[in-house]
Amino acid sequence: MSAAVGVPAATAAPAAGRRAGRTGVLGLLRATGAGGMISAVVIAVAIVLAIIGPWIAPYNPDLPNLSLAWVGPVGGHLLGFDFEGRDVLSRLLAGAQSSMIGPLAVVVGAMVLGTLIAVVSAWRQGFTDTVASSGLDILFAFPGILLAVLAAAVFGAGLTAAAVALAIAYMPYVARVLRGAALRERGRPYTAALEVQGVSGTAICLRHIVPNMLPLIVAQATILFGWAMVDLAAISFLGLGVQPPAPNWGVMISENQPGILQGYPLPALAAGVCIVGVVIAFNILGERLFEQAQAVRR
Amino acid sequence: MSAAGAERDALLSVRDLTVTLPVEGAQRAVLRDVSLDIRAGEAVGLVGESGSGKSMTARAIDRLLPKGAQVEGEIRFDGADVARLTGAALRGYRTKVAMIFQDPRAHVNPVRRIGDFMTESLRTNLGVPAAEASKRAASMLGEVGIADGDRRLRQYPHELSGGMLQRVMIAAALLTGPALLLADEPTTALDVTTQAEVMAILDELRQAHGLAMLFITHDLDLAAAICDRTIVMYAGQIVEERRSELLHSDPLHPYTAALGGARPDIAQKASRLRAIPGRPLSAFEAPAAACAFAPRCAYAQPACTESVPDLAALGGGRSRCLRAADLRGQLEAAHV
Amino acid sequence: MYEHEPAAEASVRPEDTQRSGAALALAEADPVLAVDGLRKEFRSLVAVDGVSFAIPAGRSLAIVGESGSGKTTIARMIVGLERPTSGSITACGRDRSRPARSARDRRRRGSEVQIVFQDPYTSLDPRQTAENAIDEILRLHHGYDAEHRRARIAELTELVGLDARQARALPRALSGGQRQRVAIARALAAEPRVLILDESVAALDVSIQAQVLNLLADIRDETSVSYVLISHDLAVVRQLTDDAIVMHRGQSVERGPTARILDDPQHPYTQRLRASVPRPGWKPVRRQPVPADTEGEQT
Repeated sequence: MSAAVGVPAATAAPAAGRRAGRTGVLGLLRATGAGGMISAVVIAVAIVLAIIGPWIAPYNPDLPNLSLAWVGPVGGHLLGFDFEGRDVLSRLLAGAQSSMIGPLAVVVGAMVLGTLIAVVSAWRQGFTDTVASSGLDILFAFPGILLAVLAAAVFGAGLTAAAVALAIAYMPYVARVLRGAALRERGRPYTAALEVQGVSGTAICLRHIVPNMLPLIVAQATILFGWAMVDLAAISFLGLGVQPPAPNWGVMISENQPGILQGYPLPALAAGVCIVGVVIAFNILGERLFEQAQAVRR
Repeated sequence: MSAAGAERDALLSVRDLTVTLPVEGAQRAVLRDVSLDIRAGEAVGLVGESGSGKSMTARAIDRLLPKGAQVEGEIRFDGADVARLTGAALRGYRTKVAMIFQDPRAHVNPVRRIGDFMTESLRTNLGVPAAEASKRAASMLGEVGIADGDRRLRQYPHELSGGMLQRVMIAAALLTGPALLLADEPTTALDVTTQAEVMAILDELRQAHGLAMLFITHDLDLAAAICDRTIVMYAGQIVEERRSELLHSDPLHPYTAALGGARPDIAQKASRLRAIPGRPLSAFEAPAAACAFAPRCAYAQPACTESVPDLAALGGGRSRCLRAADLRGQLEAAHV
Repeated sequence: MYEHEPAAEASVRPEDTQRSGAALALAEADPVLAVDGLRKEFRSLVAVDGVSFAIPAGRSLAIVGESGSGKTTIARMIVGLERPTSGSITACGRDRSRPARSARDRRRRGSEVQIVFQDPYTSLDPRQTAENAIDEILRLHHGYDAEHRRARIAELTELVGLDARQARALPRALSGGQRQRVAIARALAAEPRVLILDESVAALDVSIQAQVLNLLADIRDETSVSYVLISHDLAVVRQLTDDAIVMHRGQSVERGPTARILDDPQHPYTQRLRASVPRPGWKPVRRQPVPADTEGEQT
């Protein structure tokens, strides 16, 4: 029944209004700890490279020169040459673009679709929710890579088909995680108060429910980016995503793979380290943000 | 009721208890210089609003403070220093001091039967065999007014209403034969008719078993109903201690009088309630060298903001007010 | 229809006579809220079993009961959050027994009856300041320009006793009492004729509760809004309402002027309720033990 509000003395709201240094994006990052901040830096570097990579590459990443194939680091070529004699460092820098854009498209697609389904299900509940949940359950049965292979078989190999397939495969995960948060907001009296005011369901969802889920959405998107990157790299490795000779970290692993057994592991490893490094950074940051999102509710 | 005499007889003796909790890196005060005694078989009420520290006091006594809490001062139970108890001695302490909480459902494992929950302490801490423990539990359920105890013992918590579950909690608390009962707002979450019933049971059983009790609530009249003495807290400090029947007719602190006067009267409508301006302070918001209640007090004078008043004996009770002696007799909690 | 007692009661105060006099004059006019044979079933449970009442303009009604009495369900049906199984609800002369069909209809209903909920900690959008929350409602209901809206926001925040800093603060920087004031201001922004207070002061400290009760009385004097107070707290009911209905297990067991119901309760349940309220000198009295066959529905 009723309960006198016994706010624990140490957390009484009014005087604790501003938490020193914890407001805004910078504050959020600081709250994620050392791991989170380092990851954020790594991600920032990757993003910058994705944008300006091709221009700052010291050498031409596309021009083959078979006489230099597999040559190790020498002179200005810090990471040596790949199987076709192209500068590995330049190729990594140029490849950042396609390696990052693919996951971005996947994340945007999955998050938009997933959020939409989660919020609509939570708002309407009942039959709509049941149908949506069943539909999502069916989609859960398809691993991302499997759908991507299927898409490649139907639409031909390429980044677009792979990205769309992955977005569809990830969407149920997003919807499941966000549906819980959406249901919680839906159950709070403030949405009922707005309904009573006569505000439309769409307006309440867009202006109130989604913004209150934002910390969770950002955290989920960050984690998702890491998964998408791994899956897309694997798809490109299999030859079904970005096609050689376009520079791409996943493709680089695939085309330089023979070198590992022949004693020239550097090109493939370098590309692998880039992927792993960025993915780990996204994972760490995403999980820290997730923790923050859970802690923020009051 | 001199200080020396009380200490000799006191079952529970708290002296200068000061507790701080870590909040966002800083240590914040939640209790300041709390001193009280409870004698064997005596019921004492602890009344306060949000941030007064009433719950924290009970938790400190029961060693249930959150991690990182820093405790100064002394709590003695039956002569022993509570803070130093460990292992078997601590478990023994817990059989002698029982606590009931505001929300019974949050303190009970929903996937275990009532019987398991009730007999746990008997079996593990006191080594009572299971059959005997169940017998005692069923009998105790009868005392709290739940018939057919054997069947109830086999039920799960969700099968019982809030009021019944709270009665079960009371029965469970009494099973280990405690000497002191700490009740932290046990009826706040209940309907008013259920509350009356549970209060009656609590009062009856407490007297039947000769228990001492510390009854925590925000409702002055509820505490006065079953406690002989009532302590009023504000901003982490005790501001008044008084015999319950005198709380309304002869309060010793302006806050107590104001609290009594702010409540609407079921017997008549006031043209305007005597609301206290401002809002209740928490301990960490209270000034270090002034009376915490002064900004909201109708009787405040410049001297009140210069130092923290001492908790001084007056007329059979205690009051933390510089002007307590002067104001005596003028502080009725009457309605306009 | 609702029974109306003559103005002469046991404890008549000047302001009561004034309001009763006005109510007498208005007794012939349309009631501002009327409910007839209202019933709500949830599968096998009958939450509300045929309740009827009418509130004349200028009077306030209390719906008193404990948990399971159906009082909150009635409130939710009146504001459209639940759909009645049968019966009718009429507010400001317009029927609202069925869900609103258009956005315009929903808005109009919002401007007739509003509600303030119990828990101040979840009844506000945590991301909106008080000003923004009120502004959103003003934009929805009235076609004011920005200047006019600003002025109205200032009026409303002043009416509920919030200063400029509090009006611009997010809910997490406000105390329970302050948040409840924001919720009241937001509800009043729609300029409703009826304001439902669903245990709106139950979660507040005693000293804050007194402030908010005084505030509600002041607001009523200034805006002539009618309150429907859903509450289990008989003292609050006495302070704020003229008439009361006592609910028990979905049925209304007693009704009449608040003062009469509390001073001279007729129904056993009302008597028991009255006897259970702590007051100076009160002592709890024990009733019979719970029967063996009761499945936890009683106390």
